[in-house]
Amino acid sequence: MKVRVDPDKCQGHNRCYSLAPELFDVDDYGYATAAGDGTVPAELVGKAKLAAANCPEFAVIIDDEG
Amino acid sequence: MAAADARPPVEDWATDYDIFDPSYCSDPGPIWADLRDRCPIAHSERWGGSWLPTRYDDVAEMARLVPALSSVEFIVVPPVPLRDPETGEVLRARPYAPPISSDPPFHGVARRLILPAFSPQAVAAHEPYTRELAHRLIDGFVGEGGCDGAVDFAQQIPPRVIAHLMGLDENRGDDFIQWVRGILELGATDPELRVATGLKMFAFWAEEIAKRRAQPGDARGSGGVPHGDFISWLLAGDLDGQPVDDNHAMSVCNLLLIAGIDTTWSSIGSALWHLATHPDDRQRLVDEPELLPTAVEEFLRVYSPVTMGRLATEDVTVDGVTIPAGSRVLMNFPAANRDPGQFPDPDTVVIDRAHNRHVAFGIGIHRCAGSNLARMEMQVALSVFLERIPEFHLADTRGPHLPPGTPDPTVIWAGGQVRGPRTLPLTFSTAH
Ligand code: HEM
Ligand code: SF4
Repeated sequence: MKVRVDPDKCQGHNRCYSLAPELFDVDDYGYATAAGDGTVPAELVGKAKLAAANCPEFAVIIDDEG
Repeated sequence: MAAADARPPVEDWATDYDIFDPSYCSDPGPIWADLRDRCPIAHSERWGGSWLPTRYDDVAEMARLVPALSSVEFIVVPPVPLRDPETGEVLRARPYAPPISSDPPFHGVARRLILPAFSPQAVAAHEPYTRELAHRLIDGFVGEGGCDGAVDFAQQIPPRVIAHLMGLDENRGDDFIQWVRGILELGATDPELRVATGLKMFAFWAEEIAKRRAQPGDARGSGGVPHGDFISWLLAGDLDGQPVDDNHAMSVCNLLLIAGIDTTWSSIGSALWHLATHPDDRQRLVDEPELLPTAVEEFLRVYSPVTMGRLATEDVTVDGVTIPAGSRVLMNFPAANRDPGQFPDPDTVVIDRAHNRHVAFGIGIHRCAGSNLARMEMQVALSVFLERIPEFHLADTRGPHLPPGTPDPTVIWAGGQVRGPRTLPLTFSTAH
């Protein structure tokens, strides 16, 4: 599983970062990106789904294949 | 509130709603539920006339209709011109408070100027101060067996934290509280007070800015703001290549003080009200403090304090309703957060609710710039309170059991633009 942030939708609510700091980075302006290449380790799959389900802008995207 | 009391009672909320009616301030949930079913975008001629959506999807769609729904008029009542008290000259026809009053493209420019001061990293630097402040406030009343949770605690935190962040004198906290109430709360229904308060605030900012122009403080770059002087940093910033002039700086400072105080104190107060009236939730947070971050999001959802205004610059049609150009629209984030289509069992606080796409901080380009700061303040305030006073109750326990619409005898809620308890008498044992 991989996670990414749609930069056109992200408004910097930082819900993703506070729920799953392991999976997201936040820049000086509060906008989020996936940490590293976005690969979600098995033990963080739940947190990745939680981040996606709490982003008010629907900006957290989960790619399930692989 | 003589003027408010003199208004005729609301006949039908769908055509005649009154956002300052005491029943709407103290318990709007049943009113929204009724409107959402039969008239999801209501209209009223009161307070200058406005439109009121109650569905999540409608509010989200409206937030994206930029600039058809413009932010130039962002308060929930018609603006009053700010005049020079001596000459009568109009200084401002309507409040100017970038980025909250701006539309694109300038909105993004004004927003980027301030965002670095409010990133999660920047905000974390103010946490120790906030914690120490919360303890200091509790030291003041813990031995007395009771306090006013709104006045003695919730209200005292945000003005001092924002003063700390902006490099202002913390001892002016009481002035800041008075100013913000003069603009947002009491001033909402009293235009003269709003203007008088606005003039006082501008005089204050003019002085603070002149001081820094004459002798700039340490204006560190992005990320380093918390350790530098905020106003000096702001003055050294740039707006898409243009310098920050006094007018812009003053307007931003004014906005941050106003937006950062009433809102956050309301949400701390609402959360304390909830915990005082729901002993199971209180005990659960005492036993499982790791739930606090999730609980804070849930308090923000159910007790969302902020409703914003928009001005329709053209006719817009949402959910089958056409809102004519020139209308005021109320961005009802609080009602969106109670929509059963988005949140199962929406009126119940579920402190471990996992799926919570709430819009208490707005949605789209105007997302609250201070949301990380507000969350930090709420978490610190509530965790320190629960740690020091793990058991507390409303002084008058009739409050939560009154039928909807009955004004609570002891807890007084303000509403309109910002909803929250303004008095909250609590009792607790002095054994702590
Ligand atoms: C619980 C507390 C708070 C709540 C519920 C809240 C809510 C909101 C909402 C709903 C908006 C969107 C406005 C719109 O759509 O027109 C907003 C914008 C804003 N808030 Fe907050 N706010 C809170 C605390 C703060 C704090 C602590 C600050 C910082 C000092 C702050 C600064 C701002 C600013 C600067 C904007 C304008 C952003 C823009 O237009 O781009 N707020 N807030
Ligand atoms: S929660 Fe969504 S909008 Fe907020 S920072 Fe994360 S991706 Fe961006």
